[in-house]
Amino acid sequence: MQEKKRYIVVLAVLAVLALVYLIRLFNLQVLNKSYKEKANQNALRYITEHPARGLIYDRNDSLLVYNDAAYDIMVVPNELREFDTMELCRVLDITIEEVRKKIDKAKKYSYIVPSLFEQQISKEDYGFLQEKMYEFPGFFVQNRTLRSYPNPIAAHILGYVSEVNDQDMENDNYYQMGDYIGKSGIEKAYETVLRGEKGKRVVLVDVHNREVGRYENGAEDVVAVPGTSIWSTLDMQLQRYGEELMANKRGSIVAIEPKTGEILCIISAPTYDPNLLVGTARPKNYAMLLEDPKKPLFNRALMASYPPGSTFKLANGLIALQDGIVTPTTVYTCSGGGYHIGNHVVHCHNCGGLNIYTAIQRSCNSYFCRAYYNILSNRRKYKNIQEAYTAWLDYMHSMGFAQRYETDLPYELKGSIPTADYFDKKYNKSWNGNTVVSMGIGQGEAAVTPLQMANMLAVIANQGYYIKPHVVKAIGTKDNLNTQFSEKIYSKIDPRHFKTVLEGMKLVVTAGTGRGAQIDGIVVAGKTGTAQNPHGADHSVFALIAPADDPQIVIFCLVENGGFGASVACPIASLMAEKYLKGEVKRTDLEKRMKELYLR
Amino acid sequence: MYSDLNRKNTKGFDARLIIYYFALVFIGWITIYSTCYIPDGVNTIFDISKPYCKQLIWIGSSLLIGIVILLIDKQLIQHYAYYFYILCLVLMVLVLVIGTEISGAKAWIKIGEFSIQPTEFMKVATALALAKFFNEGKTSTEKRYVWLIVGGLVLIPIFVIMMQHDAGSALVFASFIILFYREGLSGGLLVLVFIAAFLAVFTLKFNELYAIALLTTVFICFMIKDRVHKKDMQRNIIVFIISIVFVFSVNLLYEHLLEPHQKVRVATILGQTSDPKGADFNLNQSKIAIGSGGFFGKGYLKGTQTKLKFVPEQSTDFIFCAIGEEWGFMGTLVIFYLYLALIYRILSLSEKSRIPFVRHYGYGIAGIIAVHFFVNIGMTIGLVPIIGIPLPFLSYGGSSLWAFTTMLFIFIKLNDN
Repeated sequence: MQEKKRYIVVLAVLAVLALVYLIRLFNLQVLNKSYKEKANQNALRYITEHPARGLIYDRNDSLLVYNDAAYDIMVVPNELREFDTMELCRVLDITIEEVRKKIDKAKKYSYIVPSLFEQQISKEDYGFLQEKMYEFPGFFVQNRTLRSYPNPIAAHILGYVSEVNDQDMENDNYYQMGDYIGKSGIEKAYETVLRGEKGKRVVLVDVHNREVGRYENGAEDVVAVPGTSIWSTLDMQLQRYGEELMANKRGSIVAIEPKTGEILCIISAPTYDPNLLVGTARPKNYAMLLEDPKKPLFNRALMASYPPGSTFKLANGLIALQDGIVTPTTVYTCSGGGYHIGNHVVHCHNCGGLNIYTAIQRSCNSYFCRAYYNILSNRRKYKNIQEAYTAWLDYMHSMGFAQRYETDLPYELKGSIPTADYFDKKYNKSWNGNTVVSMGIGQGEAAVTPLQMANMLAVIANQGYYIKPHVVKAIGTKDNLNTQFSEKIYSKIDPRHFKTVLEGMKLVVTAGTGRGAQIDGIVVAGKTGTAQNPHGADHSVFALIAPADDPQIVIFCLVENGGFGASVACPIASLMAEKYLKGEVKRTDLEKRMKELYLR
Repeated sequence: MYSDLNRKNTKGFDARLIIYYFALVFIGWITIYSTCYIPDGVNTIFDISKPYCKQLIWIGSSLLIGIVILLIDKQLIQHYAYYFYILCLVLMVLVLVIGTEISGAKAWIKIGEFSIQPTEFMKVATALALAKFFNEGKTSTEKRYVWLIVGGLVLIPIFVIMMQHDAGSALVFASFIILFYREGLSGGLLVLVFIAAFLAVFTLKFNELYAIALLTTVFICFMIKDRVHKKDMQRNIIVFIISIVFVFSVNLLYEHLLEPHQKVRVATILGQTSDPKGADFNLNQSKIAIGSGGFFGKGYLKGTQTKLKFVPEQSTDFIFCAIGEEWGFMGTLVIFYLYLALIYRILSLSEKSRIPFVRHYGYGIAGIIAVHFFVNIGMTIGLVPIIGIPLPFLSYGGSSLWAFTTMLFIFIKLNDN
């Protein structure tokens, strides 16, 4: 009986033990869910596959931007074991202190999540390291792509990419630490097209952090979609030629194909090599460019506002014709002394009696001051000066002034032409046409950007409308045209008046202030300008439309401190037109002279 | 005549034990296969470099051993019990001289590709020797003499194993307490042992001062209770003093007797250190593997933790992790059912047997299997310090499988009537 009891005791002890174990296991396996997560953290590694960014071509399929392979060394502090530090230092050409510092920094960020150890090592170093990687447990190599520019041109328009910041990640949760994003130019405007779609690879890693295979045979993997390529409207040859002509000068050239609004080239001088803002040297070079007193990062074509100068007379002439202030046969006399406003005189060169053609040809200040005054004093049409001025401003607006086009260009300045309210305040409501008359000849309060001036030329070339200037022609394939900017925007000027102005512009080139713009075999229309510069020598300005009868290109060229329009801007614009329309430039002497011209 | 013998034998052998045996060995093999399985890779069953292929050889040879045991005369087993014990002991001592060290324990004899661990066979041998001795010694009137010999039979192998630095295996020999208890060892003594064990753990977990405070409280309670009986009070004082001495000696032994890595393991179980990369790492990974299995498990061959080697020794000592991960709590229940049913069957057959030798032997091996089971699973879920002992029949390893097969089939043979 005693023995039977002991048998029961033994069984009971075993049963109690088993029960304790089963409760523990039930708790561990069924009730506690945290172990599942921990298991996934352990064994699964989510590797982001970075797609290659889309390429950028010019309008003739020349490559402007492509990708270069780059390799980042990543480190996972938790996986670090003893390794030959000297060897690593030798390969990467860094000091032991740097290694220590980088590892400390990585540890501060995370022990498990990979941190960047060394950015963008060379292909040679990568090849060497790849074979030795097993000697450095805890390190691995991540492939990246970097932008590369076969021709160092169009830096301002192409823009650049750089690592995302906190703001970028907050705005769009697509981005993660270390991703790249387009920060300006085409790279920014077409970021979602160019970036592609990131992929994801779920791999199993073992306890030594070695990849051992795909998770669930790749069922959860997402293949990265490469970025879509883009065809820019830029003409690489023209862009490069323009940059060469503008070397050692300040200013800008904007060329537009008027029928489409496509920007053929957009030059801001001085410029910089876009390759400078790529890779590890980027921060250093960026700081260098930022501190450069010549301000190469500043995009003058879009962000500098200038007094429009005499080229503004074209717009004023159009408005005068539209409002019936002048007809093509109206003659104003210019008496050598110029245009008198009270005791103030707008000087002119004793032009004699002028109609609108010859007024444009000779760029007569008196004619356009009077015409402008008459527009603003037209009391048959407008009740008062405010109404007249506002109507004039409206015309200007309709030709694309004082507004941003907000297409795919980098940041544009709005430019400014004051409103009637502004003058009401400034002159305490007592002002008239004479008060603001200097705007009639492009001086005074009006401020425009080179892009807006080029757009006005497109309105003239198209005889009444413009298409918002833009810089991307096609997306994906060359035939898939970018149609988001194809709307024709009509000015408030009747088409027939443009012919008149164009005729005047032809005279400028054949027998007027812009004879330097003549090109063999092509009828060129132009207008010189000299924008007053209170800080130094005047800016040389030239507006060009060619061929005048069937415009293929409009060019606005502004050379800071270049003096008269005829002297610098006119030959440069003409050379550009020749290059574009004929493919090659015959006037090599002029070309050489312009390229070597040094304006500082 | 042969067919006659065969029929008699199959009828006489306990079918349940044989079924449990095959079930466990089968689960063991598929689990070993799973732990070595390479996702996306080539997994050939007949690749001698792979544990699951070697285990097939072990299983085959074990079956051979089993059949041989079932065929021999059971009188011989009892007859050669002491010789077997001595043989194993000699081998164990030999290991100290010519043995190979594997993970800290010098417990292996290497013969070519294979290593054998005499300790595993020592367990069977001790169970047999004890059974035989109890059987004969019971008649002796000198009860003290019997216990002395019995204690010696167990302590000698423990001593040799300790010299091999294999604390885990040494612990297994404590399992004979179940046999001793069944054969008349005082229950009070066992309770005393458990109280001592509790006190030891308490001392290590907190410190001597807390232990003394606890003892003092209990002592005062007893003194108040026994305040009228002078004799009891004297007894209380003596027990109190002994306890205090015990508490101090525990600390002393812990500091000086245990290997450093064992100390860390004990400290980890007691929750005194938290070092996720070190001693804690194995336990933590083991718990993650088992815990991530959920109720139904991740599915066969789909366990990530065991396959990716987060769990150490996953085909041997930590094989339960793979089962817990891939089969979940369902798998746990199956494993528990098989082991508990096996142990229960051995105990109940022992109890029913009219031959004392069988009963002694049965209790001996039931204890060994039970301790292996509870210690092995306990260490994977953090109930017991991590000490490397295999899960009987399941774990990869020839010595262990051979020894446990021998152990079980001797019992099956002995029960054949």
